[in-house]
Amino acid sequence: MILKISWRNVWRNKLRSGVVMTSIALGIWAGLAVMGLSVGLNDQRIDSSIKNTLSHIQIHHPEFLSDNNVAFYIENSKDISEFIAQSNTVAGFTNRMKINGMVASSAGGYGVNISGIQPESEKTVTELYTKIIDGKYFQDIKRNPVVISQRLAKKLKVKIRSKIVLTFQNDNGDIVAGAFRIAGIYKTVSSRYDDVNVFVDIEDVQKLLGGLGKIHEIAILLTNMDAVNPFKEELRGNYPDLTIRSWDEISPELGYANELMGTAILIFIGIIMLALAFGIINTMLMAVLERKRELGMLMSVGMNRLKVFTMIVVETIFLALMGGPLGLAFGYFTIQYFGTNGIDLSIVGEGMESFGVGMIVYTSMEAAKYAEVGIMVIITAILSSIYPAYKALKLNPAEAVRAI
Amino acid sequence: MSIIKTQDLTKIYVDHTVEVHALNGVTLDVAEREFTAVVGPSGSGKTTFLNIVGGLDNPSSGTVSIGDTDITDLKDNELIDFRLNNIGFVFQAYNLIPVLTAKENVEFIMLMQKKSKKERDSRVEELLVAVGLGDQMNKKPREMSGGQQQRVAVARALASKPKFVLADEPTANLDSKTAINLLEIMANLNKEEGITFIFSTHDQKVIDRARRIVTLEDGKIVSDVEQNV
Repeated sequence: MILKISWRNVWRNKLRSGVVMTSIALGIWAGLAVMGLSVGLNDQRIDSSIKNTLSHIQIHHPEFLSDNNVAFYIENSKDISEFIAQSNTVAGFTNRMKINGMVASSAGGYGVNISGIQPESEKTVTELYTKIIDGKYFQDIKRNPVVISQRLAKKLKVKIRSKIVLTFQNDNGDIVAGAFRIAGIYKTVSSRYDDVNVFVDIEDVQKLLGGLGKIHEIAILLTNMDAVNPFKEELRGNYPDLTIRSWDEISPELGYANELMGTAILIFIGIIMLALAFGIINTMLMAVLERKRELGMLMSVGMNRLKVFTMIVVETIFLALMGGPLGLAFGYFTIQYFGTNGIDLSIVGEGMESFGVGMIVYTSMEAAKYAEVGIMVIITAILSSIYPAYKALKLNPAEAVRAI
Repeated sequence: MSIIKTQDLTKIYVDHTVEVHALNGVTLDVAEREFTAVVGPSGSGKTTFLNIVGGLDNPSSGTVSIGDTDITDLKDNELIDFRLNNIGFVFQAYNLIPVLTAKENVEFIMLMQKKSKKERDSRVEELLVAVGLGDQMNKKPREMSGGQQQRVAVARALASKPKFVLADEPTANLDSKTAINLLEIMANLNKEEGITFIFSTHDQKVIDRARRIVTLEDGKIVSDVEQNV
């Protein structure tokens, strides 16, 4: 009977209940939409970093990372490559040389990171080849091709087939320089990345450094994120003398951004739930005060306090149970829709690029998060009903039955 | 046989800083099957007396015994159960649950008593027929007149098979014809089923039908007379 009374009480003031249900639904929808956008942004940023530069796992000589001296090569790179090639969780891997140097044209010179890459195997790890917007990916230039970014090309005032000079130190600390001709111009979603990265064929750098076959870095892309840590540990077990790091160790700021995003989402959801709680408290308090006489009668004729309390709580839960799924459904469809079609944020394109993501953001959300939000709404509803229910209990039945 | 026995009841309120003696040593016995009206001017203590006898308020001193139970000794939860099983209430403003039908309004008291469905169904029907609403059982309060609603309230008061019914100004919101009709129903229930009724009232129609009239003034019984009806 309590369930019946609570259920019918929900529909007693349809407008008021409708407003509460709508605000619950809107609150959840807004929360989910923001979560979906934040998660999507972050996922894209991580994905973009992994596919543009980091890969899932990188291997280095331990001292290379602290010193960045080109002399710290990976010595047994052939063995490692064979081991990596055998694993079925590996989607692709490639060898690189990484050198800090200068790029110069007649217009000026800039400090850059020079990556000597294996153009074909690099395609299995990063998407540099898909970012070429002018010229070709290491094609049409027979000798010393180089790929630079559009931003750098503008600064250097160069175009396809222009000549630029790369200067860096060799193993002995002597300065070496090579003339390279621009084969391709790329553009990624990250302006910061584009400003400092140039790509040359690994063999051309090795020749300048006087040692074919020498590499600084092995980058590995796996078939899925879940395989990263197990494979990293396997590699560490096999090659304890090398530094083997996963993407979040290479670029901890990505991991921090993840945590930061998580905290921000939590705060945001907290604010929504707080607003929701006050809405529910207000409505239920009005309902209790409006029904003073009725509640007084119920207590007079022998309804015990627990039942009165339960009746108010159940009524609130009903409101949440009707508004909640509506909000979850709206949120789900919104995230699905923009997860497929994306949200065009080109109006803040510059900011998006410096953040390391494209102008189209695809919303994304784990299924478990919907359940979490749903449970949070129910808990908020229950907590919000406590004060109005307590007010109902505090009514003096003798006075309440005569309330006007 | 005495069903209600009050002994030297006092009730003192503090209104701001002023002490108000709402009841001032009320001693009264009400026997089974009585049809009693407690009358008196506003502020005489009628409602306070009914509240204390109904276990809705505590006296400042004195005792209230219902049957063998001194209800002034009962704890809050015990008192709620006691009210549920022993006292029926009829209020001036009917106080039905608007979202329930007439049948459900009567039935929910028995649900709280954990009575079986079979027992509930037969008792609800019997009561609603007795108050002349056998054909209105599935109507909600808003679909009924004031008189009909008060008849449902009477049926509800009787649903738990209480020892007595306290009716606080039951006819105050009704027109004369409806009030007389309601009083007839209650008088019949009193006569035929032996249900004890105690009214607090100003209404002369109620006073004319009561077999005992207790008059309160300034919290004291100033007269207690029986009349033939």
